Amino acid sequence: MSFQATRPNLLAAPAIAWLLAFMVAPCLLILGYAFFERGTWGGVVYTFTLENFERVFDPLYARIFLNSARIAATVTLLAILIAYPAAYAISRAPKSRQPLLLFFAVLPFWSNYLIRTYAWIVLLNREGLINNVLRWGGYEGEPLSMLYSEGAVITGLVYNYLPFVILAIYSSLSRLDMSLIEASRDLGAGPIRTFLRVTLPLTLPGVAAGGVFVFVLSIGNFVTPALLGGGRFQMIGNLVYDQFLTANDWPFGAALGMILIAIMIVLLTLQARATNRAAGTVREAER
Amino acid sequence: MMGFTRQNAGGRATLIVVFGFLYLPIAVLVGLSFNEAGLPTVWSGFSTKWYGALLGNANILGAAWNTLIVAIFATVISTVLGTLLAIGIETRRRASNGLEALVFAPMVIPDIVLAVALLSFFSRLDVTLGLHTIIISHVIFDLAFVCSIVRARLKHFDYSIVEASRDLGASPWTTFWRITFPVLMPAIVAGALLAFTLSIDEFIIAFFTSGAGRSSITLPMQIYSMIRFGITPEINALATIVMSVSAAALLLSQWLNKDQLR
Repeated sequence: MSFQATRPNLLAAPAIAWLLAFMVAPCLLILGYAFFERGTWGGVVYTFTLENFERVFDPLYARIFLNSARIAATVTLLAILIAYPAAYAISRAPKSRQPLLLFFAVLPFWSNYLIRTYAWIVLLNREGLINNVLRWGGYEGEPLSMLYSEGAVITGLVYNYLPFVILAIYSSLSRLDMSLIEASRDLGAGPIRTFLRVTLPLTLPGVAAGGVFVFVLSIGNFVTPALLGGGRFQMIGNLVYDQFLTANDWPFGAALGMILIAIMIVLLTLQARATNRAAGTVREAER
Repeated sequence: MMGFTRQNAGGRATLIVVFGFLYLPIAVLVGLSFNEAGLPTVWSGFSTKWYGALLGNANILGAAWNTLIVAIFATVISTVLGTLLAIGIETRRRASNGLEALVFAPMVIPDIVLAVALLSFFSRLDVTLGLHTIIISHVIFDLAFVCSIVRARLKHFDYSIVEASRDLGASPWTTFWRITFPVLMPAIVAGALLAFTLSIDEFIIAFFTSGAGRSSITLPMQIYSMIRFGITPEINALATIVMSVSAAALLLSQWLNKDQLR
């Protein structure tokens, strides 16, 4: 019977209205656009068509899709492989030091994305730091062209999203019941076996949460392929950008955007299921 | 005992490598911004001349001003809306999956999709694009982050003190300002600071909702166009300033909200 409890809906209303008006409505609008035809000089002609979605299977676009998915999958895998040991090390550090370590692991994530990507241009370009270091080290060949390559894009994406994966895996590890690990060791399992059979399965929800996040943001990324890929190869994000700002084919761009949203929803649903199942396993184990 | 120390050393080595990976690229930028020559080819001495060059660049100053206006308005609006939303959600009797999804969506939706959706939306309604449309768009994700920080605080909130205040005859309004608000204050300020940094740094959505012309260019848009032209020492200096502002806001935010971590 307090101020808050009597009118919770009223308090939430302005924010909900804002999200409905400026997020849900625009997304529904482009969902609609995705089923219409493009006008001769751009714009949207309100004739129903499925052509925008059919075009995705055109070999030209299908290749960009598969490429984006492959790059995003590589980035996700690398990010998890680097983040897991880091999160594990933080969770094993003295309790008093953990918040600070975690804070500095996540800090770069909240700072400017463009600048963090730009930093890699400075490192990787032909006159860049890495080539200079090699030259000082006695390397006399042609400077290496590392920038504007798939490797550069993957490095940039891993770099940018790593902090979040560390955070997600850490939060799983910190909730881990240490007595289960001790039980496994007491029952004679070695450290590796204990890790593979106990620790890893119990922290999979964190891995899944971090992984889904990195995959979704990588596959729809626009800035990193544009800057570190030099525009030489495209990902879905760049394709969406082009349809809206250069090709002036909004319906096709809208269809591509909707496919990104669909991928996101499917992955988040799978992740939520995996998390629920893992929670069920823990409850069973505790019984 | 041996095993324990070895594991500790392994953990330390892992952290040194990972933190090196995270911070070396940033350290290189900061270092170069003070390099007289400005380029990584040679170190010709400490200099702040690239910072001086920024001050003489009207484009950068204009963009910085626009960014500040966008960030301040977006922060104020999203802090109010996000805080009310958090209180509203946490005091509802039943949890609603639809509402949870609505509030979670701005944090995970690919920004390019939200950007083109907003561009389509504003042009369908014939809204003139400018700083106001960037502000409207930034509030979307800013309020979601403010809400999640304030909610975390509310989860540990002892509602009996609110009831006590009401029982003692305080009005709902008085109770809010004298009890709830002071308790939530650190989380609200932490949320506001996070919203502010997110807004200062956001590029893609601002790019799509700013309209044509120089008048509503923000700092990230300015940085993007400078990067596309190539590496210049000014970018290093600008990057150092922008990152310092973000880092300061985040440190402050973390410090205010530190009870939350324990």
